[in-house]
Amino acid sequence: MRKILNVMIAFIVLIVTWQSVIWIGGYEEALLPSPFSVASGIVGMVISGTIFEHIAISLFRFFMGYGTAVIVAIVLGLILGRSLKLWGIVDPIVQVLRPVAPVAWTPFIVLWFGIGNMPAIVIIFIAAFFPVLLATVSAVKKVDYTYLKLAENLEVKQPALMYKVILPAAFPGIANGLHLAVGTAWIFLVAGEMVGAQSGLGYLIIDARNALDLDLVLAGIFFIGVLGLSIDKLLGLFESWVGKQWGFNR
Amino acid sequence: MDLGDDMSALVQVNEMSKSFHDNEVLSEISLSIEKGEFVSILGESGCGKSTLLNVIGGFEAPTSGRVLMDQVPIEKPTRRAIMLFQHYGLLPWRTVKKNVEFALEPTISSAAERTKRANEYIQLVGLEGSANQFPAELSGGMQQRVAIARALAIQPELILMDEPFAALDTFNRYYLQDELLRIQQQEQTTVALVTHDIDEAVYLSDRIIIMDRNPGRIKKTIAITLPRPRDRSHGDFHYFRKLIFDTFHFGRNELDSDYHI
Repeated sequence: MRKILNVMIAFIVLIVTWQSVIWIGGYEEALLPSPFSVASGIVGMVISGTIFEHIAISLFRFFMGYGTAVIVAIVLGLILGRSLKLWGIVDPIVQVLRPVAPVAWTPFIVLWFGIGNMPAIVIIFIAAFFPVLLATVSAVKKVDYTYLKLAENLEVKQPALMYKVILPAAFPGIANGLHLAVGTAWIFLVAGEMVGAQSGLGYLIIDARNALDLDLVLAGIFFIGVLGLSIDKLLGLFESWVGKQWGFNR
Repeated sequence: MDLGDDMSALVQVNEMSKSFHDNEVLSEISLSIEKGEFVSILGESGCGKSTLLNVIGGFEAPTSGRVLMDQVPIEKPTRRAIMLFQHYGLLPWRTVKKNVEFALEPTISSAAERTKRANEYIQLVGLEGSANQFPAELSGGMQQRVAIARALAIQPELILMDEPFAALDTFNRYYLQDELLRIQQQEQTTVALVTHDIDEAVYLSDRIIIMDRNPGRIKKTIAITLPRPRDRSHGDFHYFRKLIFDTFHFGRNELDSDYHI
């Protein structure tokens, strides 16, 4: 209850401040749209149903990019974390590639994958890939030696060793990476959809900007924020569900 | 003196030495462990007793000498000799039952049969009421019982215990020592136990191997001839206690004389 009250207070303060700035400064709608026009923009998009099409395609791209990144990064991370010689070679490459903003690859992405869904998916993939990979490798490296000794003693062979021992033992660390990646990847969704896409929340913002409909730009930002938060919460639920199955009780 | 040339022994260690980076940890160790015997390896920390256990378990290769199980060199850890760890080595993401089943998964493909066997051994250690709990929900003593059940479920020829009760309080330790003896007699398992607790060694063992350090070597082997069940407060118990104590004390004096004014 306290939480809901806090959220309501926060939004009221935000909207009141926003409206006051417009009244005091006397800004035009074209410079800073009012809360009312943004709200009516949101309602209009909901009633016409266009927003749901954009949300659906954005979510599709997001989960395609994020999902493949998570699978590839965890599999690679499990292998690299177990082979320190290999990781010694791969690590410098990762360290160089990781700080590059995913959008910087745009020219190549468009050349190799064309336009449409792929640029956004690839950019989200890149954004999610490195946090999950690094978290997995470091979690696998930190797996308690006792578990490995036990598995050796019981003659547990690959691939059982990987999915019965190393993956669950590393899971809390991997979950941190999943969480970090979901935030980063969602941030890059908008950037991804600004590259040659004709639909989605990022496109919605670009399109509204081109038409100088700043109230729709803000409406789009509102949906991106709310959805990003919801996905983050959803992942939190998934983590605690897995935690419960595996008795981690966090 | 036992030189490890006994043909009927389960484990034979012949003039085995182990070094880590030119640092000799174990020197010329020879011993044998008979089938069904309970042997304790007793020594101060740093005498290489855990390393000796690791070599017998196949986790470490000897630098020189031979380590045999049923006349065959031990090259890697196998299911014939199961190690029990001081911190139990339970998988925290599996329930008690699933932890025991974990040990059976490599060899028994039928899930129903695994469950049946796991339940038998969970019952043997008296944990049937906690079968569906996670290790974190159990006390240290109960966790060690799970580890014992898991080791026994494999029906190994040898159980290696590395200070298995060191992390428990006195009452739990006494209780588990009795449990261990009861189970060991019932299952006829051979046990090699590493400890620095003289009472524990006297109470549990058929034979105690006392080790010296720098480098680790066998100082003395004492057969504990007391009948079972043993009484910790009995005079004979104290005789062996004193015998061992003197063995260590003697070593101290030798060392102290160097520093005497």
